[in-house]
Amino acid sequence: MNSPRSTPPSTLHAVTVLGHDRPGIIAEATGRLAGLGLNLEDSTMTLLRGHFAMMLLCAGDAPAADIEAALAPLTDDGTLTVTVREVPQQPAAAAAGSSWVLTVHGGDRPGIVSAVVGQVAEAGGNITDLTTRLAGDLYLLVAEIDLPAGADVDAVGAAIRAAATDLGVGATLRPAEADEL
Amino acid sequence: MSDPSDQQGQQGGQQPGTGGVHERVLAWSETDLGVEGRVLEVVRAPAAVLSTVGERVDPTSPETVQLAADLVATMRVSPGCVGLAAPQVGVGAQVFCVDVSAHPKTRDHHGTFVLCNAEVVAGSRNEKAREGCMSVPDLTGDVKRASRIVVRGQLPGTGEEVELHANAFEARCLQHEIDHCQGLLFVDRVAGAHAIFARQTYL
Repeated sequence: MNSPRSTPPSTLHAVTVLGHDRPGIIAEATGRLAGLGLNLEDSTMTLLRGHFAMMLLCAGDAPAADIEAALAPLTDDGTLTVTVREVPQQPAAAAAGSSWVLTVHGGDRPGIVSAVVGQVAEAGGNITDLTTRLAGDLYLLVAEIDLPAGADVDAVGAAIRAAATDLGVGATLRPAEADEL
Repeated sequence: MSDPSDQQGQQGGQQPGTGGVHERVLAWSETDLGVEGRVLEVVRAPAAVLSTVGERVDPTSPETVQLAADLVATMRVSPGCVGLAAPQVGVGAQVFCVDVSAHPKTRDHHGTFVLCNAEVVAGSRNEKAREGCMSVPDLTGDVKRASRIVVRGQLPGTGEEVELHANAFEARCLQHEIDHCQGLLFVDRVAGAHAIFARQTYL
């Protein structure tokens, strides 16, 4: 556990729920968190190969032990795993630089993700969102990437494409800047 | 934005939605209003006015003319701003301004203009793109919108009824602003649960 924090009145806890999917998991989990007076901040949930996978941050006064106890009934049938951990409050860093969407797809083989994102890391790029899917033989990766100000985007793109080509897959890097309307 | 439809658009001057630029709207400018615009404060979600259907207005009324001038003035001082709707300045009315003339994704455009009581009467060729909004400054989202539309509305001041064809970025911008006038934000139209993003950089 991190050191006790004094500034904000509420603490932030990260909750994960993983396991066998069924209707009602989110309703039950969030209902129990609401019952503790916790406020949901960011959350994300998806199905991974049919498995339920949810992560959320909740803010409030309840200690981790109380949150764990409140969520324990979710795990009663043994098909779901719940974790609760306090995390520090930290303001989102406003990154200077540029935003990109990386798409990679091709025939499945080991090492596609690591080889491609290795080039991103090499360039000091930060992945802010990532989804990969394996559908039959097709492997697909979509990532949101922040590149630092001053990055040589053409060189990064070329390095990514070279890494992808070595693995027999294709990669495209396109700008993700939103249009202000 | 999909390149194939861009190419078709350049060839297809007579296709629906590419019916040429409306000369009257193109010629219009805020000086036609004859009043000085004031810079207003832009409100942010969750302000209730942003989620309320705007009132229809009398385009010839002095209040509407002043509002039109204020919208253009506020758009002009906002960096990167290509459109602004009345609810964004706290006024629940169906009035908005646009000016996409300097945007790189613009194909055809009508310069600066204001429309009252506008509606989309036809739309085709959906394309997905990421949008941001001054009233939702911390998020962006992928939104599918028609890339060719026909819009009907009235010019402020004279109240002339106009029906214009817009494409590409101007079409997207018009739909975004008309949505504002109907109490809708881009987050109401986002393409999916994982199509909304925390903004990485600030203008």
